[in-house]
Amino acid sequence: MAAKAFDEMNSGTSGPGGTDSIRAPYRGVANWLARTSPERVAATRHEVDLFYRRHGITFGAYGAVDGHEATIPFDIIPRVMAWDEWEYLHKGLVQRVQALNAFLADAYGARDICRAGVVPESQILMNGEFVAMAQGLALPGGVHAHIAGIDLVRVGEKDFYVLEDNVRTPSGVSYVLENREVMMRLAPELFSAMRVLPVANYSEELLATLRSVSFSDDAEPNVVLLTPGHFNSAYFEHAFLADEMGIELCEGADLFVDEGRVYMRTPRGPQRVDVIYRRVDDAFLDPLAMRPDSFLGVAGLLGALRAGRVNIVNALGNGVADDKSTYTYVPEMIRFYLGEEPILSNVPTWRCDRPDDFKYVLEHLPELVVKEVHGSGGKGMLVGPTSSKAEIESFADLVRARPDNYIAQPTLALSTCPTFVGQGVAPRHVDLRPYVLSGRKVTIIPGGLTRVALKEGSLVVNSSQGGGTKDTWVLAPEAGSGG
Amino acid sequence: MLSSTAKNLYWMGRYLQRAKSTARLIEATQRMALQSRGEEAAGVAAIFGMEDEFRQTQEQGGRLASLIDFLVVDESNPSSIVSSIAAARSNAREERNNITVDVWESLNALWLELGSRLRSDRATLDRGALIESVKKQAVMIFGAAQVTLLRDEAYHFLQLGAFLERADNTARIVDVKFHLLRPDGDPHADKPDYFAWSEVLACIGAVRTYRRIYRSALDPAKVAELMVLRRDVPRSVHHCLWMVDLNMRELADAYGTRGEADRLAGELHTRLRYARIDKIFEIGLAKFLGGVRDDIATLSDEIGSQFLLD
Repeated sequence: MAAKAFDEMNSGTSGPGGTDSIRAPYRGVANWLARTSPERVAATRHEVDLFYRRHGITFGAYGAVDGHEATIPFDIIPRVMAWDEWEYLHKGLVQRVQALNAFLADAYGARDICRAGVVPESQILMNGEFVAMAQGLALPGGVHAHIAGIDLVRVGEKDFYVLEDNVRTPSGVSYVLENREVMMRLAPELFSAMRVLPVANYSEELLATLRSVSFSDDAEPNVVLLTPGHFNSAYFEHAFLADEMGIELCEGADLFVDEGRVYMRTPRGPQRVDVIYRRVDDAFLDPLAMRPDSFLGVAGLLGALRAGRVNIVNALGNGVADDKSTYTYVPEMIRFYLGEEPILSNVPTWRCDRPDDFKYVLEHLPELVVKEVHGSGGKGMLVGPTSSKAEIESFADLVRARPDNYIAQPTLALSTCPTFVGQGVAPRHVDLRPYVLSGRKVTIIPGGLTRVALKEGSLVVNSSQGGGTKDTWVLAPEAGSGG
Repeated sequence: MLSSTAKNLYWMGRYLQRAKSTARLIEATQRMALQSRGEEAAGVAAIFGMEDEFRQTQEQGGRLASLIDFLVVDESNPSSIVSSIAAARSNAREERNNITVDVWESLNALWLELGSRLRSDRATLDRGALIESVKKQAVMIFGAAQVTLLRDEAYHFLQLGAFLERADNTARIVDVKFHLLRPDGDPHADKPDYFAWSEVLACIGAVRTYRRIYRSALDPAKVAELMVLRRDVPRSVHHCLWMVDLNMRELADAYGTRGEADRLAGELHTRLRYARIDKIFEIGLAKFLGGVRDDIATLSDEIGSQFLLD
């Protein structure tokens, strides 16, 4: 196992003589834990589960055979960040997403970054996620990644890393909002003792972002959310966001294209659609342009996009910016497009398509994390330190067969947070996914989704792999701290 | 609002009402069976148009109990109570963003409860408690809709579905029961059987209502009048078709257009409004109700083609 992890509550060194091991942002939580009886906690956890089921806040993990509606475990001990910690992350996130958007506009435009020799053209053109039809479009505001989920991990008091960027259709924000509702209901006493910055304005900011990127200059452009339907594992989130924003939740069959414009079918007759917040993957968006067997999309949609009659959010072909091999270029993108030094660091990454890296990776598999370039959801990866010899050997064969399909990173000692487990409170590894909204301006609600690996020692936080979530609290700046 | 939303809400209304009506009907039938009158099971089977299925269960030695299981817990029967609730819940889940949390939670809670009841051992499954739950929760759900839903198009489609279903249900109950109890069609043929006729009223929960209105012994012609023509009885055919017409008018005002569905809804309402029970028995109750039920089916189709694009 990796070296002892930084614990966000207990790794403090402040206080007289550096003796206070509780870090400042967690004092309220530590007091609350000391005061609250195990029975109260058990009762509260039960209430949480009932609340989620009754609300139908469910998540269907792919491959679940029966009862495809499962709830994601929610841990009631919040993860807390001080204002200055968040302020630093916020700056870094804005910078990173601005660079990613500049890169996407460039990748589907002039490709200056390739001519400057910073990113090889093949990295874009040979990428399986590249969508040729999306070239040469002037999207409103030049924005491609309107909603970005940037996965961050922490390994020390001041050490944060970006683990990966998600600029296709990042999900999970509904849990941020619902977790907060649950916490306010279940632990009001804890809330009132600490000044927690609110997150409930996400939907309003999202709607404003979506409206701001309409091609039309209509004061109230018609925005809809396009879902693959109620069998999709994230359907709850789609319905939740549509409800919060007061926009229509559409499936492909609700929309049609006529003379280059997109309309929705209503009992009043066709109504024009200006912006589509789609939660359908690129390949299924338009059977005329992409996969002809798709029933989830709308025939002619890409034509309407190219004609500047409808905007699609996030833009098509964003996968070229967030796969794990493009990831290694992001620090260079920041320097190239913004002329700034990156605020947030990348995790050092070996690319198996480079001979030196390939050799190093195969020699050090037991200590590395190896991932598929296009993998997601914690599948298709090897966590060296927790794998058996046999598992490592068979994974090595996969890497040898297709080196270009893999990258490797050192096994990070992800920070831990106190978490309720069967036996009481114990440290568990966490990550953080803030949601960055980019329209005519960039907005980030404080915090984001904290995912927690509930299994002892596990570093895999994905909900499909037994991960849970926590409410993430960013504390308001202390009066007089100048924050 | 999307057409698919209108369609989901319309069917949510229909399925919920179907589950509720079935629950009430079975409860009335069971009480009747306890008072050991014959033919109850055959009557129930007829109301659901399932005489053949019922005959089969009889040959297998089953009687009322197995028929009731078919109507209540059989998930392979698309009209059973559990199937109807599952369908209504699925419609509602697709429209989470168009209904209130109160409506969704009360419907989802019922669905979860039925699920956990069905997972328990079938031998110990308390069917009475299940039926009671469906009745109670259905009232909660419709109540939540009544006090929390915005009065927009979505609401009117939900109402349309529920009232059309309810009108058809009551018409079917009266039609079948009269056929069983008065095969010659004459309401005054012989002395009415108190238990049989009070069961007919119980099917729509109107035994006490009858007493309040007529203050007299049970008279088949008055039972028919109450169930078909009384506008003030909320489950009567007339009341339901009045509500259907009202919701159609709201939609027509909202959309500024009228079609065949509007004409038919108005015509049906008017037919019930100006009918008299003695005249109906002169032409034949079965004939009158048959015509009404055919027109309800046509109206449902017309609503489909006018608004829901199916």
